Amino acid sequence: MPKLMIDGREIEVPKGTRVIEAAKRLGIEIPYYCYHPGLTVAGNCRMCLVEIEKMPRLQIACHMEAQDGMVVRTDTEKIRQTRKHVLEFLLSNHPVDCPVCDQAGECWLQDYYMKHGLYASRLAEDKIKKHKAVVLGPTVILDSERCILCSRCVRFTDEISKTHELGIVNRGDHSEITIDPNRALENAYSGNVVDVCPVGALTDRDFRFKIRAWYLSSGNSVCSGCARGCNIQVQYNLDRPHHGKGARVMRVKPCFNADINQWWICDEGRYGYKFHDQNRILQPVSRSGQTAREVAWEGVLSEVAQKLGGSREKIGIFVSPQLTNEELFLIRGFFKEGLKCPNLFLLSPKSEGRQDDFLIRADKNPNSKGAELLGFPYDPKAISTFASKCSLGAVDGVIVFGQDLLSLKNTSLDKSVLEKLKWSVFIGSNHNATSDRASVVLPSATYVEKEGSFTNFEGRIQRFKKVLEPLAGSRTEFEILRALSGLLKIAFRYQTTEDVFTHLQAHEKPFQGLPCVQIGMGGTDIRVLAEPVIPAIEQKGDIL
Amino acid sequence: MEKLISKYFIPGKTLSVGDYVREGGYEAARGAFTRFDPPALIAEVSKANLRGLGGAGFPTGKKWSFVPQNTGKPVYLVVNVDEGEPGTFKDKYILRHAPHLLIEGIIIAAYANNIHTAYVYVRGEYTEPYRKLTQAIEEAREKNFLGKNIFGKGFDLDIVVHRGAGAYICGEETGLLESLEGKKGFPRLKPPFPAVSGVFGCPTVINNPETLSYLPFIISRGAEWFAKLGMERNGGMRLFSVSGHVKRPGVYELPMGTPLREIIYDHAGGIRDGKKLKAVVPGGLSAPILTAEEIDIKMDFDSLAAKGTMAGSGGVMVMDESTCMVHALHATMRFFAHESCGQCTPCREGTGWVNRILDRVMRGRGRKADIDNLIDIGSFIAGTTICALGDGASMAMMGYLKKFRPEFEAYIRDGKCDLKDGSVPHPVSV
Repeated sequence: MPKLMIDGREIEVPKGTRVIEAAKRLGIEIPYYCYHPGLTVAGNCRMCLVEIEKMPRLQIACHMEAQDGMVVRTDTEKIRQTRKHVLEFLLSNHPVDCPVCDQAGECWLQDYYMKHGLYASRLAEDKIKKHKAVVLGPTVILDSERCILCSRCVRFTDEISKTHELGIVNRGDHSEITIDPNRALENAYSGNVVDVCPVGALTDRDFRFKIRAWYLSSGNSVCSGCARGCNIQVQYNLDRPHHGKGARVMRVKPCFNADINQWWICDEGRYGYKFHDQNRILQPVSRSGQTAREVAWEGVLSEVAQKLGGSREKIGIFVSPQLTNEELFLIRGFFKEGLKCPNLFLLSPKSEGRQDDFLIRADKNPNSKGAELLGFPYDPKAISTFASKCSLGAVDGVIVFGQDLLSLKNTSLDKSVLEKLKWSVFIGSNHNATSDRASVVLPSATYVEKEGSFTNFEGRIQRFKKVLEPLAGSRTEFEILRALSGLLKIAFRYQTTEDVFTHLQAHEKPFQGLPCVQIGMGGTDIRVLAEPVIPAIEQKGDIL
Repeated sequence: MEKLISKYFIPGKTLSVGDYVREGGYEAARGAFTRFDPPALIAEVSKANLRGLGGAGFPTGKKWSFVPQNTGKPVYLVVNVDEGEPGTFKDKYILRHAPHLLIEGIIIAAYANNIHTAYVYVRGEYTEPYRKLTQAIEEAREKNFLGKNIFGKGFDLDIVVHRGAGAYICGEETGLLESLEGKKGFPRLKPPFPAVSGVFGCPTVINNPETLSYLPFIISRGAEWFAKLGMERNGGMRLFSVSGHVKRPGVYELPMGTPLREIIYDHAGGIRDGKKLKAVVPGGLSAPILTAEEIDIKMDFDSLAAKGTMAGSGGVMVMDESTCMVHALHATMRFFAHESCGQCTPCREGTGWVNRILDRVMRGRGRKADIDNLIDIGSFIAGTTICALGDGASMAMMGYLKKFRPEFEAYIRDGKCDLKDGSVPHPVSV
């Protein structure tokens, strides 16, 4: 393995490692724009030039492979001057759009200017005018004047999404990013070009003018859009409700995870965050006939406990693969083992979606595997049998966790069946057709508002922490089940969700020995997202 | 002095295959197959001290020796007839008047390097030379000098001619390869070098047509003879493209190391209209300019490099006392800014910026700080770019600013130049 010196410090690296990656392992930061560990090397920004002994010219660290005996310097006066000049070149035609540009606060030009530039401008020429505010597609908008032509977006559409929409047209300083004239940027991963763009050339239409990046707080989590479980960072705003119309979650960015999603996320996952704030059930509801009233938790919980006191044969429980491992475990403990209710069913309403050979899975639930491992297999026949019992009036009521029974296909559960029931309890976060008919509605938390774990389709368990407090009157399923356990005198042995997980790892056979993956090694900062990659096993960080 | 290639440069005439064969054409190539094995052939070419005549002056035999023959991939020859360096027009003459010399040179180079397909990249603007070349290739095929089993030696070779579309950067060897492969002419990062990974990712030899056209002479008359025609380490002769304010502009074939003064005054007839010489660009637009006092210099690669300029493509551009150096530099930098491919930051932004500064100076709104700013900007375009266009642009500009600084200062101070006869009015802006 080649051994080299960087700034007087020695390091041994695997053959083929680039100098910029070797430097990163030593904690030495070399600035760059066009380099991205997930894309091929372009070597066009010239920001990462370093001195290599015995080579007369400066060399780019992103392309140069570490050789045995190489001596590299990254911080000489010549390099400082070169970086300053490269920055000056980049800024010479760059419009001073900062006051109106979404990238401000997370812009690499701003950051490197403060770190490596700090020169007084000597530009006495007009800047070149190019196309501004060009809508490329439903998700992305382009400003060519801001573009530094690093070609990351072009490489992304060529190498990752493999849709080849973007290219560079014209020559020299009139070059612009362009899109094939007969197409739009409409692939399933289009939002990622905004992440890779270091400046405000490609910005997100969903996020446009919403809020300043430095007003955002963040927390890491796992996307619940499909069975892959891409790692995400949820960015939210609590202090300034006048931005974003009072919504808390402002946007979602992918976090790097070498095994699951690398640096990327699909558009559905990226833009599917609105349900955390929109269409939420805010308070418990009790409904008789057509009249529904908002009620207090204590009263309504007693009501539910009473209903559960009746014949256990005549109750059905519908569980969702959107629930966490801990919640599924607690439900099993409470309903099956505690109440001895035999009619426990798993519904998989969204498992026939589209799948591709990259990130998107057909199963649009985050925890189908977890549900299966906890003893909730998907059994359509059993559901059919139960539905017949309902039609015959043999069932008193059902408890539904989060699913909209009435929008399911291929089940025999339809409106007529449900009308035969005496009562129904809906426990979920967002309104749907089922919740609008239920006798009792208990508002629960979305996954950013609770702690828990999902098991992805490969069997990787990913644990995530709470990012936000449950909205308005909603409560986590953990709290709801604990309260019901208390009312029905069923043992509930856990103080926190973490306790549940510890128990699972110790006692549940399928969980023993399954790898528990560290999530969220990235950060808000897209520079951190795109830092030269060190294999996951070498990364230190948050072990939940 | 005997002319080798330029013997055939007769206006309106193109050497046919019949005429060429009658005088012994294609015998060198035929003989090469029996007299040399490929390694010996490469050694012979090295002994001749043949240097690359497209601009870089890299020893040809050495370049050939870098080609790995054991990769399992085919080796290709690419002939660079993009001839984009301003001031150079000799390759045009070779294609137009003596294309069979080039074809015979291609055969020799192909045999030396185990090459069975050669690509000739001709700049798009050279329509007539392209036609003459393709015609000559047809003639050569008919005589089985190209195709399967040429000369009955069991060696297959054919030539594909590809036309460019008007970009100087496609004369840069890796820009050319990208263009040949159907992509934008963006030069590649090096390493890997084309000898190892060139066209289609295969080992590739890239040569200038003039370089290849001297091969038949080297093979038939001997490497030692060829080397002796020139100077130490700079063997043979070369075609100088002389243009500008001389009485007889044109292509002159002279020994390597001919003094510049001799080229201008003895061969090209001296300065026209009885004017005085002011400056000479010795080797194509990228070569740092020489003043009238500096023309006692030998025109070979090593001598010119020692004096801080370059032999380059042999494009000698002569300027007399009526030339405003500010105008000349402006035209130079306008060219580089227009031709910059735009891939890397220093060249894309730097050449454009320098061009706009000179624009402003030309319009009479120059500032005192401009000259030092230009020098500072130029010093960070050279040495930081992907390809040599940045270096060429920077070196050219530094030459003008260093050697004619007082003229620039006067122009900035007065807002115009003071030449009575006045240079041709110059359009400003890109």
